[in-house]
Amino acid sequence: MNRIRPFDHLILILGTLFMCVPVLVAVMTSTHSAVDIHMNGLYLTPGDNAVETYQTVLTRQGGFTGQVTGMTMLMNSLILGVGFAVGKIVLSMAAAYALVYFRFRFATFLFWIIFTTLLLPLEVRIMPSYQVMSSLGLLNSYTGLIVPLLASATGTFYFRQFFKSVPDELLEAARIDGAGPWKFLWDVLIPLSKTMMAAIFIIMFVYGWNQYLWPMLMTTEERFFTLMRGIKQILQVWIGSQIPDYNEAFALAVLALLPPVIVVVVFQRWFIKGLTESDK
Amino acid sequence: MSDAAQPMKSAGMIRRWLSRPARAAPAKPVQFDQPLLPWLFLAPQLAVIFVFFYWPSVQAITSSFYIEDPFGFGATFVGLDNYKDALGSAEYQRIAGFTALFTVLVTGFSLGLGLLFAVKADKVIRGRTAYRTALIAVYAIAPPVAGLMGMMLFDQHIGPFVQLAAWFGYDMKVGINYWDTAFAMILVSVWKQVPYNFIFFLSGLQGIPASVREASVIDCRNGFTRFRTAILPLLAPTAFFLLIINITYALFDTFAVIDVMVKDKPANNPLTLVYKVYNDGFRGNDIGGSAAQSVILMVIVLVLTLIQFRWLERRVHYG
Repeated sequence: MNRIRPFDHLILILGTLFMCVPVLVAVMTSTHSAVDIHMNGLYLTPGDNAVETYQTVLTRQGGFTGQVTGMTMLMNSLILGVGFAVGKIVLSMAAAYALVYFRFRFATFLFWIIFTTLLLPLEVRIMPSYQVMSSLGLLNSYTGLIVPLLASATGTFYFRQFFKSVPDELLEAARIDGAGPWKFLWDVLIPLSKTMMAAIFIIMFVYGWNQYLWPMLMTTEERFFTLMRGIKQILQVWIGSQIPDYNEAFALAVLALLPPVIVVVVFQRWFIKGLTESDK
Repeated sequence: MSDAAQPMKSAGMIRRWLSRPARAAPAKPVQFDQPLLPWLFLAPQLAVIFVFFYWPSVQAITSSFYIEDPFGFGATFVGLDNYKDALGSAEYQRIAGFTALFTVLVTGFSLGLGLLFAVKADKVIRGRTAYRTALIAVYAIAPPVAGLMGMMLFDQHIGPFVQLAAWFGYDMKVGINYWDTAFAMILVSVWKQVPYNFIFFLSGLQGIPASVREASVIDCRNGFTRFRTAILPLLAPTAFFLLIINITYALFDTFAVIDVMVKDKPANNPLTLVYKVYNDGFRGNDIGGSAAQSVILMVIVLVLTLIQFRWLERRVHYG
């Protein structure tokens, strides 16, 4: 079984190139000037314009109001990613705890109420969701950006599966020691769930950071724009310009892709575990 | 859990079904017995779900039966007219046809490539971590960013794909020529989805016991036949799960890729159904028509997800 297989490696190398060269091209090209890119096309080698381009993208006041900079969008993406991940973990852990560890009326009914949300993604009910948000006066706010995305049971499903796999003896032992529900949650269940929480945090952070359609609809004020919204903006400006700012578009793309890619690559093991084991 | 899906004949049955947890097997043999505390834990989740899931979903269904005045002055009940208009229009049928083709191609290629890379990455020993990292990194890239990068690779002036096509004597015009745009969209959407399938196939392959592999090596010398007859059936549950996920991805999550690549000019470009819902609702202000299309999509997703749930149940029990 330990033979070296050149053919297998060939396919894997081709696959790696297929997946990674576009990213490399984006990173490398973003370090050249717009004129160079316009004349010579895309680059696979670093250029000397990196500092200037990224400084422009991060700090230049842009848009109609002159309020939005790359830095603002980066912050908003971060708020959306972290806020969504934390909110999801808190809400779904609490709900899963109630569903798994308590005996009460309507538990099964509530289970179905919650899990029906897995059936319909946000995209199919986007228009009425927008109307609801506007009648609640939540357009252009962080609450409106984050909270409606929490209305899905994925996290609850992950935690429910995980809690069910926790040995029953722990609860029995805790009860014999006189622990109530709060104490059991704080001192036993949360410490046990740390890996699971980390895995879900990574998955949800990437999901929140990468949201496109919802932030696009919810935010018309530029100070709430995320990086994904900025990408749409930069493409709209592009049409009709003589030499498009290729370098700035690539720099924005790199800013938008690096944080989630780094998180996924660094925490690979947790991330894969969370993704594959909880989807059963 | 599976018997809950049976039809309920009377109010008595519903009542019994509602009070089932007290007698049916609970999630844990030992549970806390406090009547109010679980409601406290569930309250935030339920509040969010009711306001942001059930309310809009019900609204989508009701407004699909009305024609709403675009300036907000009242609505007229029109029954199933919005559905008839949507399903009957030539434009809708054309877009539905493209959506089907798009879904089949994106699902097929991203599953195929994901499986191919997973099988190879499972075999090699040297460099396996490096390959794995390189192949999953793209998972984290957002669809609009993938779309932007695709736009660059297919750009009229600087795009290497356009230059490559020109070298073969073909004048590629992404954003203007219908099929050129479709090709670019499909390529970008596949590229974005391969890592997801790779992760699941690889974890499925690594879950196959060494004893099964060794036995299959003894039984069958031909590597491909061995893969087809011994390994592939064991991967079938993973593949089925991924099939549904990929169809949902191609139908909905590719919205951003399409939106970025058609650059707000849907005129002559290939679109998918979810893009049409958005376009008719927010640009065309046709709220009833958009809602009817939403409901049609809801039904499609509902059917897909129910199939997946059935499979999920089986896997939990016998897997």
